[in-house]
Amino acid sequence: MRKRNSLAALSAAVLLSGAGVTQVHAQEEITLCWAAWDPANALVELSKDFTAETGIGMKFEFVPWPNFADRMLNELNSGGQLCDLMIGDSQWIGGGAENGHYVKLNDFFEAENISMDDFAPATVYAYSTWPKGTPNYWALPAMGDANAWFYRKDWFSRPELQEEFKQKHGRDLAPPKTQYELKELAEFFQGREIDGKTVYGAAIFTERGSEGITMGATGALYAWDFKYEDPPGSYKMEGVVNSPNAVQALEFYKDLYKCCTPPGYTDSYMQESLDAFKSGQVAMAMNWFAFFPGLYKDPEVGGDKIGFFVNPGQLVEASTLGGQGISVVSYSDKQDEALAYVKWFAQPDVQKKWWSLGGYSCHVAVLNDPSFPDSQPFAADFLNAMGGVRDFWQEPVYAELLLSMQKRLHDYIVADEGTAQEALDKLIADWTEVFEEEGKL
Amino acid sequence: MSEPQDSAADKLAARVASATPEPLARRVRGLSDRAIAWLFISPTIVLLLAINIFPLIWTIYLSFTNYKANRINRPIEFIGLRNYERVLTDTDIWHTLQVTAHFLCWTMTLQVVLGFGLAWLINKQFKGHGLWTTVILLPMMLSPAVVGNFWTFLYQPQIGLFNYAVSFVTGIPPSSFQMIGDVNLAPWAIVIVDTWMWTPYIMLICLAGLRSIPDYIYEAAEVDRASKWRQFWSITLPMVLPFLMLAVLFRSIENFKMFDLVVELTSGGPGSVTELASINLKREAFEKWRTGYSSAFAIILFVTVFGAASIYVKALNKVKQR
Amino acid sequence: MAHSVSAPGRWGRRLAAGAVVFYALITILPLLWIFMTGFKTPQDSISYPPKVLFEPSLEGYVNLFTTRSRQTPEYMASLPPPDTWYEELVRSRDMVIAGPSKFGERMMNSVIIGFGSTFLSVLLGTLAAYGFSRFKVPLEDDLMFFILSTRMMPPIAVAIPIFLMYRTLGLSDTHLGMIILYTGVNVSLAVWLLKGFIDEIPREYEEAAMIDGYTRFQAFVKVVLPQAATGIAATAIFCLIFAWNEYAFALLLTSGTAQTAPPFIPTIIGEGGLDWPAVAAGATIFLIPIVVFTILLRKHLLRGITFGAVRK
Repeated sequence: MRKRNSLAALSAAVLLSGAGVTQVHAQEEITLCWAAWDPANALVELSKDFTAETGIGMKFEFVPWPNFADRMLNELNSGGQLCDLMIGDSQWIGGGAENGHYVKLNDFFEAENISMDDFAPATVYAYSTWPKGTPNYWALPAMGDANAWFYRKDWFSRPELQEEFKQKHGRDLAPPKTQYELKELAEFFQGREIDGKTVYGAAIFTERGSEGITMGATGALYAWDFKYEDPPGSYKMEGVVNSPNAVQALEFYKDLYKCCTPPGYTDSYMQESLDAFKSGQVAMAMNWFAFFPGLYKDPEVGGDKIGFFVNPGQLVEASTLGGQGISVVSYSDKQDEALAYVKWFAQPDVQKKWWSLGGYSCHVAVLNDPSFPDSQPFAADFLNAMGGVRDFWQEPVYAELLLSMQKRLHDYIVADEGTAQEALDKLIADWTEVFEEEGKL
Repeated sequence: MSEPQDSAADKLAARVASATPEPLARRVRGLSDRAIAWLFISPTIVLLLAINIFPLIWTIYLSFTNYKANRINRPIEFIGLRNYERVLTDTDIWHTLQVTAHFLCWTMTLQVVLGFGLAWLINKQFKGHGLWTTVILLPMMLSPAVVGNFWTFLYQPQIGLFNYAVSFVTGIPPSSFQMIGDVNLAPWAIVIVDTWMWTPYIMLICLAGLRSIPDYIYEAAEVDRASKWRQFWSITLPMVLPFLMLAVLFRSIENFKMFDLVVELTSGGPGSVTELASINLKREAFEKWRTGYSSAFAIILFVTVFGAASIYVKALNKVKQR
Repeated sequence: MAHSVSAPGRWGRRLAAGAVVFYALITILPLLWIFMTGFKTPQDSISYPPKVLFEPSLEGYVNLFTTRSRQTPEYMASLPPPDTWYEELVRSRDMVIAGPSKFGERMMNSVIIGFGSTFLSVLLGTLAAYGFSRFKVPLEDDLMFFILSTRMMPPIAVAIPIFLMYRTLGLSDTHLGMIILYTGVNVSLAVWLLKGFIDEIPREYEEAAMIDGYTRFQAFVKVVLPQAATGIAATAIFCLIFAWNEYAFALLLTSGTAQTAPPFIPTIIGEGGLDWPAVAAGATIFLIPIVVFTILLRKHLLRGITFGAVRK
């Protein structure tokens, strides 16, 4: 890698001598790449301690979620040296390992006495291992996350609304226990006048470009016990991906989209969901736990006005997994410094501070602390959700699989093309082609 | 030649000469015309070979393989015409080509009508026409990505200026329709922005065409008592046609390749109703990383543009000769 | 005596003027809206109905150039009073400035890559155009057509092999790589335009100079270059505008170090709420130079956009 870098630098110097464009890195400065969102700001704050302790400076490259995967996978695939540390999405782990983007961390963990037993098993499985579940580690669990819900507690506690809801549905106006209850609630609020403003039922994910609609719809699919293959590792998808339950779940998500979202909600992901909720447009919204500390602090809708609940089950209790592990990029020429950061980050004290700043630590010293469930109003829900998380394919070809699902879901749910059965049938056809090309089928 | 110009040139030459090392300077000065011609042209040719031709050949090579740029460790296999076969039998590809055709036809139609109309009006030489022409020209010089991105804001159902303006004129509530999110409206949303942006292009070229018609032709027609209508059809239009066709050629090539504006506006959605060929190509090549497959698609697109453009140029030359 | 079409009656002119001005106003409205939105507060920017009159604020510009983090009231109360007006503005939103944003860097990249590639394109273009204009080059027509046809490839298609090439050479996400690429794309435009300009300079000028004892190269430097100065300047501006506005290559071949403003500006929206004033502020700063250049270029615009095919 050094050779390539110096080649580029040399030719740049020859052609543009004095233009000052050659990158002269300070001796000890590393760049960490992640998505631009609340936890990233917390990490900047946390990392100041690392610089103070080691003298290694930290630079950050944060990319907004809709562009994050696109840009960062492009960076990794181009063998780029922008990032020394990458907090990459859980689905990248297969590609990161097999295509040599990430440094394998087993020897490092052993040498530094970092034990994966110190991290919650579900997070190690999801964020660190490839092949899945084997003791081959390519990342340290950095940020636990799952998709969950929040609602306007102040609206739910209005006596007149409570009475009306009870009359209509025969139960209390309270967070839903099932997906169908969720929809009832959303319908109840849809189009209602509250404080002189028209409000809407729920903000859900419908984004087309990256992963939005898949992450949203799988919330419903998993609740109907959706599986990608059965038995695991067989790539047998017929009758599994398009099972009657899956069809029902997908129809449900479309109904929810059609009945109860704000107008113009055709291409919405995290930011739009936050925006709809913060501007007082919606009664409920789905989003990642990562945003909950910020939402709770929000001066307009936070504090007493907000409540949280786990993704409601239907046939089973399950949530869509988010979250990331931190990996060392193999193209970096500052791997030692990057590893020093990982070592520092793995310490229990640092992990505790990480949680206090708004990052979701995966360390058992944080999660198993008896005071954890009460440390934040959503902490207990987080533990609950992480107990039943499911993730998308983590195959090296995950991007192809994801893009097919994005297309099939958006075509069906938003663009009204065909039926749920047809959408899932086509999805199997797409995926079969991908796996055939990979030689896995 | 005037004195001051010469002396300025002398100074420049002196500076160039003093900046060039002596032997090189002597060599360059003494070169034959032939050598100078090649010395001057070859850097450009080398660059074009490196940035255009070599990559094109590489793309052709890749299109016969199963290569994936994100799978460095996977062996590359030759699979013959399999990629071409798959591209041409893929219904999604045909869908994107249909979307592209819709976009191309409507933007061209609207821009030709509006562009020609505006040029015709501006050619009446009213006071201040220069200023207003410049104003109209502005959109086409700006970054399509940045402007396209901002149009998503103008198209917001409730708060967007576009919806508000439409509701102001027609009385339809501004939150009752979504230009970008609606399956039926989104293809028109991209046509509108492209038309806004590129009508001036056609206008400017038509204006040049109109101005190239000498007054005496009209004067002769007046003498023959030809009606204004007749003059328009038998003089104005035929004389502007070569210009108009050239403008349409350039714009069609650009719009066939269209990427930046539409990707920032709709990113191909909702569903895939505005997924133009280039957007699909980007997804295949840089998101799914199916390098071989997307290379085949790229070559097919290139051959299509090249073939269509060649036929069109022939037609254009015929019109010119008339 | 008959009056020609190009000299219509007074009413005809007035009607024409009215229609053109109407179209011009509609066409300029989105641009004005970008400019205005940059000076709105986030609240004003998303108000319904859209606000035409509002109290101008620099919040969009402050947000464009900074990253901010939300803090608890206790923390805010513990801070010393703000030193600057922009800190005060940010604090009034319960936030503190965490640092500068990447916008400045991205604009700088645009400037470096834009000017670097423009310089190279014009340099190479002038030489090649002179060669084509003054000498009999074998296969000249073919070469000129070949130079033009390189523009028929969709940029994404070109980017596939360039991506692989740059990965091998270590040029991904470097200024140098982008300068070379934009030069390669722009040089075809430069050659076509400059050949037109140089063709218009009578050969007799150089021939006279050469009779006076100048070599061909001296004649080129002393006679042709000064004569072609306007054309070179116009060509340079066209190349600069292309490099400045280019999006697809920048999106696919840069990720941070050399990323230019066009792929960056749309992503401002994703950071910390749908902040349209910040996006508008970024767009305004980015677009204004081009507006100025367009006005400067008025006379040569036609040539530039048609590759010199129409010269008026």
